[in-house]
Order: sequence, then structure tokens, then C-alpha cells
Amino acid sequence: MADLYTVSKSPFEKNSLEDAIRFSSEGASILLIEDGVYGAMAGTAVSDLVANAAGRKFYALRADLKARGIAEDRLIDGVELVDYAGFVDLVVNHDKVQAWL
Amino acid sequence: MSDVKKFMYLNRRAPYGTIYAWESLEVVLIGAAFDQEVSLMFVDDGVSQLVKGSDTSESDMKNFTPTYRTLGDYGVRHMYVDKASLEARGLTQDDLIEVAWEDWETEEEVDNIVEILDSEEIAKKLEESDVVFSF
Repeated sequence: MADLYTVSKSPFEKNSLEDAIRFSSEGASILLIEDGVYGAMAGTAVSDLVANAAGRKFYALRADLKARGIAEDRLIDGVELVDYAGFVDLVVNHDKVQAWL
Repeated sequence: MSDVKKFMYLNRRAPYGTIYAWESLEVVLIGAAFDQEVSLMFVDDGVSQLVKGSDTSESDMKNFTPTYRTLGDYGVRHMYVDKASLEARGLTQDDLIEVAWEDWETEEEVDNIVEILDSEEIAKKLEESDVVFSF
């Protein structure tokens, strides 16, 4: 089973998302939380990072998207939304969690 | 010992602007004292933590570069550095400190445990670790 990476910082402020993708193995899951959810938006200066990352599954925490007024139809195709229970499921269904701050 | 875990300390910040690098080093020393398998990873500005020639005498801060050199004595076996982060900062391995390692029991010796890796190799090391601590 692969690892779960959480990314909590804005991709416009820090390169955490870029690194999480670069240093993850194929099959890894990347969960965008807090300011990390900006990385889930389509049509931004950094959205190619996610759109072009092959072999990684992306998730975003719905509560953090809603808090920032990011509508679901603005997201990059293939990004799956999860609630807090879904977050827990991701944690237990992966080998371990790596936090990228 | 059967319950030895692979601990990876992931360092991504420059040494003196914030407290992260120093805190990481403190935790590494504590973890290593408990006989776990401890490795350190340096990426992004974290690679600057290993740059040699640091002199803090005029900035009133503790210079903790010498502490990295002692990590081998604490049983730290591996220190990995991201090649791309190093190159982006105009650095090469020649700019970095060397850390020797010696196993007192088996007399196994390594002159320098600091190793440069590419992205793929780093991904593998992170995946193989049991626990990753981010700093």
C-alpha cells in the first residue's frame, strides 16, 4: 500500500505541493487541506502541477474548499472531495501519512 | 532488537531564519539516543543546513553546524540531500560538510554519510521509512 501526503500550504506561497508530487511514488495519494486546497483549482498558474502528475490520486477537503469560497466546478478534473470522515478513511487505508507544510 | 523503526527527519528550511532546523536537530539527537534507525533528508532551503564554513560569531547566534558533524557518533547512518535543491542554489557536494560514521562494535567505518540523491531515489527513501518527521 502506498503513502498519503497531506499538503497544507498554498502552492502560490510555498513549493510544498510541487515537492509532495516530486517526492511521492507512483500510486501515492495527495490530500489538499487548509491553504493547500488552492492547489485543487483549475485554470491557475500552478494547476498544471496537479493536472500533469501521473500516477498520483488527488483529494481535497471539502470543508476547507467551502471556507475559501472555492466552488466544486472550479476544481481540476479528477480531484476527489472528502469530508473529515473521508480524511480518516484515507489515513487508515494508507501505509503512513507524510505532512508537507 | 525487533522493534527498531526507520525514522526519517525531513528538513526543508534554511538554518538561521527560523527555529525549525535547530528544533529538528534536537529531536534527531533525542530519537537517535533511543536506538532507532535514524536518517536525515535535506531538500529545498534545508540543504543550506549542511553548508560548511558557517560563522555566526558576528550575529550572536549559536552555530550548530558542528553538531551535524557529530551525528555519526549518535548512530545516524544516513544523511540524504536533494540534488535539484542543491543545484538550484548553486551548490555542489564540495560545499557541504562531511559526516563520518563508525560502528564501535563492528568497526564498520564510513568516511562520509552525506549522500546526494535524485527525486526518484528520495521518493523511495521516504516510502521505505516507517515514520517521517517534517521540519
